[in-house]
Amino acid sequence: MDVLEAVLAGIGAGMLAGVFGVGGGILFVPALVLVADLTQVEAAATSLAAMIPVAILGTWQNQRVGTVRWRAAILIGTTSAVGTIAGAVLAERLPEDVLRKAFAALLILTAARLARSVVRDRRVAQVRPDDGAGGEEPGPSPPP
Amino acid sequence: MPAPRNPTIAYVALGVAAGVIAAVFGVGGGIVVIPALIAGLAFAPKDASGTSLAAIGLTAAFGVAVYAVLGRVDWEAAALVGGPGLAGVLAGTAIQRRLSSRVLVLAFCCLLLAVAVLLLVE
Repeated sequence: MDVLEAVLAGIGAGMLAGVFGVGGGILFVPALVLVADLTQVEAAATSLAAMIPVAILGTWQNQRVGTVRWRAAILIGTTSAVGTIAGAVLAERLPEDVLRKAFAALLILTAARLARSVVRDRRVAQVRPDDGAGGEEPGPSPPP
Repeated sequence: MPAPRNPTIAYVALGVAAGVIAAVFGVGGGIVVIPALIAGLAFAPKDASGTSLAAIGLTAAFGVAVYAVLGRVDWEAAALVGGPGLAGVLAGTAIQRRLSSRVLVLAFCCLLLAVAVLLLVE
């Protein structure tokens, strides 16, 4: 039964990766805790291993439609590795509870800001439907 | 916000920030990278998600290399959840292609809120 749940969570994590471009760790880690008796660190390490083939296949799919910007991906991906080491050191010394709430608040603000920009872009598009020149704003993509 | 003329520094800063957050909170860097690329660097939403996933592949590879040396990776368990993940990612990219950028961003906002709630509840 646990195995079935883990398989379903794995599929869900892959779908999050495919639809949004996130790693899916938020589902991989609990799935791993279900199927294997892992410590927090082992679950995180194993979740990264599960992500690699998923990220490769997803990237290949994105590459075929031209939605990977390699320069950005390589710079962000390699410097993240350095950041992870710094974060692991920091995590030992920081008041985690406070940080957790601050980060949650930041995510909520980010969601509000993104949602607002999408709504605003749409209003602009409706007011000026023939503005084919395209502004600086990352609006909805034009029909193919 | 206009895109910076030379975004290299922005990419590097973003990568470091995403790595730190991933290590401290245990949530992936994607949740930080995607909004920053869209709102700060003027990426189209689908470019942000494709680029984020490629970056995650690299970060995960580095992380696994380190953890494998330390003997912390359970390869069998990784295959058990990662294998089904492959089916999921194929379905996910197919779904994403059918969504408008607008719907994609609004759905992503919901994901951000869900993660925020999980962080607050834990």
